[in-house]
Amino acid sequence: MGRNGGCIMYSEKVMDHFTNPRNVGELPDADGVGTEGNPVCGDVMKIYIKVADDKVTDAKFQTFGCGAAIAVSSMVTEMVKGMTLDEAMKITKASLAAALDGLPPQKMHCSNLGADALHKAIEDYRSKQK
Amino acid sequence: MKKIYMDYVATNPLHPDVLDAMMPYFKEEYGNPLSLYPPGLNARKAIEGARESTAALINAKAKEIIFTSSGAESNNFAIKGIAYALQNKGTHIIVSKIEHHSVLNTARFLEKSGFAVTYLPVDENGLINPEDVKKAITNETILVSVIHASPEIGTIEPVAEIGKIVKEKGIMFHTDAVSTVGNIPVDVETINADLISFTAHQFYGPKGAGALYLKGGTRIVPLIYGGIQEGGRRAGTENVPAIVGMGKAAEIAKRNLQTRMDHVTPLRDKLINQALTVENVFLTGDRENRLPGHASFVVDFIEGEAMLLLLAGKGIYAASGSACSSKALKASPVLISIGIPSHRAQGSVVFTLGEETSQEDLEYFNESFPQIITRLREISPYAKGWEGTEDASCTAKK
Repeated sequence: MGRNGGCIMYSEKVMDHFTNPRNVGELPDADGVGTEGNPVCGDVMKIYIKVADDKVTDAKFQTFGCGAAIAVSSMVTEMVKGMTLDEAMKITKASLAAALDGLPPQKMHCSNLGADALHKAIEDYRSKQK
Repeated sequence: MKKIYMDYVATNPLHPDVLDAMMPYFKEEYGNPLSLYPPGLNARKAIEGARESTAALINAKAKEIIFTSSGAESNNFAIKGIAYALQNKGTHIIVSKIEHHSVLNTARFLEKSGFAVTYLPVDENGLINPEDVKKAITNETILVSVIHASPEIGTIEPVAEIGKIVKEKGIMFHTDAVSTVGNIPVDVETINADLISFTAHQFYGPKGAGALYLKGGTRIVPLIYGGIQEGGRRAGTENVPAIVGMGKAAEIAKRNLQTRMDHVTPLRDKLINQALTVENVFLTGDRENRLPGHASFVVDFIEGEAMLLLLAGKGIYAASGSACSSKALKASPVLISIGIPSHRAQGSVVFTLGEETSQEDLEYFNESFPQIITRLREISPYAKGWEGTEDASCTAKK
């Protein structure tokens, strides 16, 4: 066991975002909402964004899943605030994992859905603009 | 920070008297038990003493005990050893769906080698119906293997009754008693088994020491060939300190069995009652036929690994059968077998108690556990319900 009493398989940054997740909850007046994942096989992430002048002004999340899934959700909502939509679309699984100082290999795919959920939220917003 | 170990089903701490008994065999008594000079003879004597007390724990004869390295080895040995010994008589084996991996994976190996295997279902409490065993038996059946108690859901199976049915048909009966021996009474006279697997670290003995009870006169094919150790049935220079430790742990377990059960049973009941006061928390396994220190639950709308991490953050060490907390990233087959859908199996959490568990521990648990559930449910998109996820199927790549 490492610091925080946490599991040694996770970096301190993952444990920090898991134990003190940022931006938890719903955004009732969200401009875009994206859900990724499936509780039957693992994790589910729901991401809410507010958009103004083509920029993400606020982001929140709700996640069902393991420590990595919650940390990824927290990190993606932190990262995306202030980004333009095009910049946000460039966030990837790899960049999220890197921002968390890495994820265990078995968690890279099933728990690292933050980018996909975010991109779905942006697509949701864009589809409403047409 | 507090440190509350609630994972006795994973392993037990070593009893201090067991360590004391083992120490001389790491140090001065290092002889090979096959050697004919005093250090060897002393080691031989120590092994035979350990065999006596290990046998006594289950009311067996010393010569019916074969020492192994683990419960998993004993299970492999029992199933492969009987299958190969009796393959000319028949090639059908019966096991339950809630066996340990060391039984299930051995059965799957034998299937690939030409044996047929029937996997018995269990009811919603994890109980095997002895009538199902009777129905599954064919003229080809040579072995039935049923777990004595599930480490995941705590259910104690009616093995004596199943054994009686199996023995009436003249078929070999094995039980994986890793979770029960040293924790509840196990007596070879009443359990009707020809083979019983068990391991020392489930009753405050060392890891690396297991045993297989093999009823006198039963023929078995070895798993490990080599020298004449263990009567030629399990070759390899004996792990003398571990075997001595198993013997000592068995002696203490036999003496303290009732006291240990009387200690953990009321604590378990209290923990179960406390946990069930939280909304949408459900007990898994049988309420009555249950290991004395075992409390297992499904907590709806949240995931097990996240629970374990937050519990560990509070110094409480527990286990889970959730997909994310398993290396295989698959929901526990035991939970699926008792009818819990995969998404709910994600909320599995298992607390197992032992000698060092105290009333104060339970008070601390009772404060911490509901807080953790609330915290994770605040994050969960399902806090208000599963909203139709029952129909979802898993298509994600792992």
